Amino acid sequence: MLYLNIIVAGLLTGAVYGLMALGLSVIFGVIRVVNFAHGEMMVVGMYAAWLIASRTGLDPIAALPLVTAGLFLLGYALQRVLINRYIARPEHEQFLLLLAVATIITASLLMGFGPDARNVQLDYAYDSYQLGPLLLDKVRVLAAAGAVLGVAALWAFFKLTRTGKAIRACADNQTGAQVVGLDVKRLYAVTFGIGAACVGAAGCLMLLLIDVQPYIATDYTLLAFIIVILGGLGSMPGALLGGLLVGVSEALSGFVVDPSLKSAFSFALLILVLLVRPQGLLGRA
Amino acid sequence: MRAGAALALPRRAALALALFVVAMLALPLVVNSYIVSVLVVILFASYFGQAWNIVTGFAGQLSLGHALYVGLGAYTAAALFTHWGVLPWIGMLAGVVVAGAAGALIAALSFRFRVGGVYFALLTIAFAEFTRILFDHFGWVGGASGLFLPVSSRAGADLLHLRGSPVMFYYLLLALTLGALTLTHHLLRRRIGYYWQAIREDEEAAQALGIDVFRYKVAAMALSAAMTSVGGAFLAFYENNLYPDTVFAIGRSIEIITAPIIGGLGTLFGPVLGAFVLTTLGEAMTSLSSGFELNGLKQWCYGAALLLIVALQPAGVWPWLRARLGIAEVRR
Amino acid sequence: MTALLEVRGICKRFRGLQAVDDVSFAVPRGGIVALIGPNGAGKTTTFNLIAGVFAPDRGSVVLDGADITGLRPDQACRAGIARTFQVVKPFGGLTVLENVMVGAFKASHDRRAAEHSALEILGRLGLADKAEVAARSLTLPERKRLEAARALATRPKILLLDEVMAGLRPVEIDAMVRTFADLSREMGLAILLTEHVMRAVMALSHHIVVLHHGQKICEGTPEVVSRDPAVLDCYLGAAPAGGA
Repeated sequence: MLYLNIIVAGLLTGAVYGLMALGLSVIFGVIRVVNFAHGEMMVVGMYAAWLIASRTGLDPIAALPLVTAGLFLLGYALQRVLINRYIARPEHEQFLLLLAVATIITASLLMGFGPDARNVQLDYAYDSYQLGPLLLDKVRVLAAAGAVLGVAALWAFFKLTRTGKAIRACADNQTGAQVVGLDVKRLYAVTFGIGAACVGAAGCLMLLLIDVQPYIATDYTLLAFIIVILGGLGSMPGALLGGLLVGVSEALSGFVVDPSLKSAFSFALLILVLLVRPQGLLGRA
Repeated sequence: MRAGAALALPRRAALALALFVVAMLALPLVVNSYIVSVLVVILFASYFGQAWNIVTGFAGQLSLGHALYVGLGAYTAAALFTHWGVLPWIGMLAGVVVAGAAGALIAALSFRFRVGGVYFALLTIAFAEFTRILFDHFGWVGGASGLFLPVSSRAGADLLHLRGSPVMFYYLLLALTLGALTLTHHLLRRRIGYYWQAIREDEEAAQALGIDVFRYKVAAMALSAAMTSVGGAFLAFYENNLYPDTVFAIGRSIEIITAPIIGGLGTLFGPVLGAFVLTTLGEAMTSLSSGFELNGLKQWCYGAALLLIVALQPAGVWPWLRARLGIAEVRR
Repeated sequence: MTALLEVRGICKRFRGLQAVDDVSFAVPRGGIVALIGPNGAGKTTTFNLIAGVFAPDRGSVVLDGADITGLRPDQACRAGIARTFQVVKPFGGLTVLENVMVGAFKASHDRRAAEHSALEILGRLGLADKAEVAARSLTLPERKRLEAARALATRPKILLLDEVMAGLRPVEIDAMVRTFADLSREMGLAILLTEHVMRAVMALSHHIVVLHHGQKICEGTPEVVSRDPAVLDCYLGAAPAGGA
């Protein structure tokens, strides 16, 4: 009974993780860039939501559209101005470039907001829903609902809109896409923007669940990588599945063993996956 | 005159190096204790950078979890000293064995399972983080609350127990850095150095020339890890306290790689130069911002410096400087 | 006298495609054998099977009496196989001399000896004046020579050349042919080459093996092969190939 509640709580949190990791999966699946600044972008989203909440009293969920749009522009600009030149370069140069960007972002946040943890005061922070034997935190349910909506919106975008289809074309065959006249540079920038928007949205939702602080960024970058590798780099359903799995395993291991060991479990999982099945659960080999 | 040259270094480079060594030897006698402590930071950075350079700069395998070996070296020597009074020099040897084995194991596992490139880098991060959390719960070495070495007088120089002033550590680290330079230079001129660089340039071609790529990659990692751990042991005795969350932290791994990248990955003097440039920059930033409370300025500058180098001069400062000074590359 | 390299009934299947189907041939000591055939005939796969890139499903490869079937590429090299790559793979960040020294270190552990050996080979291949130049700044014909020099530095028993003439102009092709012919004669070196450039094949090889759809359809001297109806039908065309 208790375990059921823990698992469900893990699934709900995992949905938000999934949305965050989805951004990374989109970026890597299309542009093939390893975004080591991913967690940092989420933290930017979190701070943006916090700023809006503390200035206007707006709930982070209501702030979603604005933050998502803002992060989209940030991602678009980042790709267009900086990252685009590195697409063909060796992986470790891309990695180092994004590491530098990540460092600058974290340092900027530190300078702007200070090292203290910030959170939003929600009226419904202690409310919960009763669903049969399950007792669900309202914040978790709302966050998960937001995440699911975000994933659905993303799916619709890629499946139904012209730009979305064009991006999928680029991912499948870059040269072919150029031959039929697609502006690959612009599409890559849009893709990075979308990835950033995902992670920004995830940040808004994450603010409902945890406090924000500049130093948590790296942990979430690593978490995003764990999820994406577990689910399969470049596979969108895989990112979601990976998010749910990691959410549940974190919740369970946090309860069964020491809470502070839950990350250790995730890292052990990453090691195992990298060694045994690097393409992940749903990825292409 | 090539094959018969007795002097491996071209004249200008040898002169510059000699000047550098003399200057470093004399410095503590003329500067204040603050500068000495900054120099110690520089020397740690240049030593760790040189150790890391071997596996990433020369053998071409990107490791982002080198803090693991710092920690293993530090904790092994410190714990043995604190609990059983084992001399730090013996403890250091034990640390070398532990760290070398760990590095070899991680490399062997990864390469046996054909994990390379960015995936390998992520794997090294995972191992370091996993170990960090493990040590947080490792009671015998103090867990998250830390391990503390008995602090005796900071004056004088007890070399046997590594208890002494910053100046003592300065000279020890200087010897270590110069030792690392010599070792690296020596290795680069032998078969192993050539094979490592061949692997870095093109693994498939290297293999077709008879190079057992797996063995050489594992060897590079083991040596790099072992060397790093020696620095870690010195770090433990210099700082007198160890916490898993600082010693094994990913921030430390990133710190370790920044100096060699800025100085010049895969070059002999890059890590040392990078350490000087970066630390000086950092200290300048800290003293500039000490007037106003600007948390994070130093880190921002590190990030910006890294960005500039990767964007404008990926080969690093040393190749650029070397060309300007007219020093020919050290070849054979 | 037994042949230096004996390929016996090797087969290799990739998913649905039988790339190499029961191919056998031999390379005598000091001999030059060419493997020709249309694209997709299985030439490169055969090459890679000998060089150790993959192991054959069936059959064996014997070098100088020793079974080298299924050895890794580095093990095959240590057994005496040296190969070049169709798309050249220079060690761009190293100098030309250092590139060749990497190869030379297989035979000599000492740096001075390796350097000496490398310089000698660079001389034979006409690259001596480029010794201190960074490999990445070489032209394509020079890179091809470097590739060959590096392989030769390992002091192999047999040199495998993978479409080494591709992309070269006729003048350069003739020069390469002369170089390899001289090398083979002077060093007693056996050569196995895959090639599309008939000019080179006819001028250089003593013996030709023709592959088609993974199977050997003909083998013999250049004269015999260039008149064989099956070969003409699938590859060479009506006129007997004797020139460009």
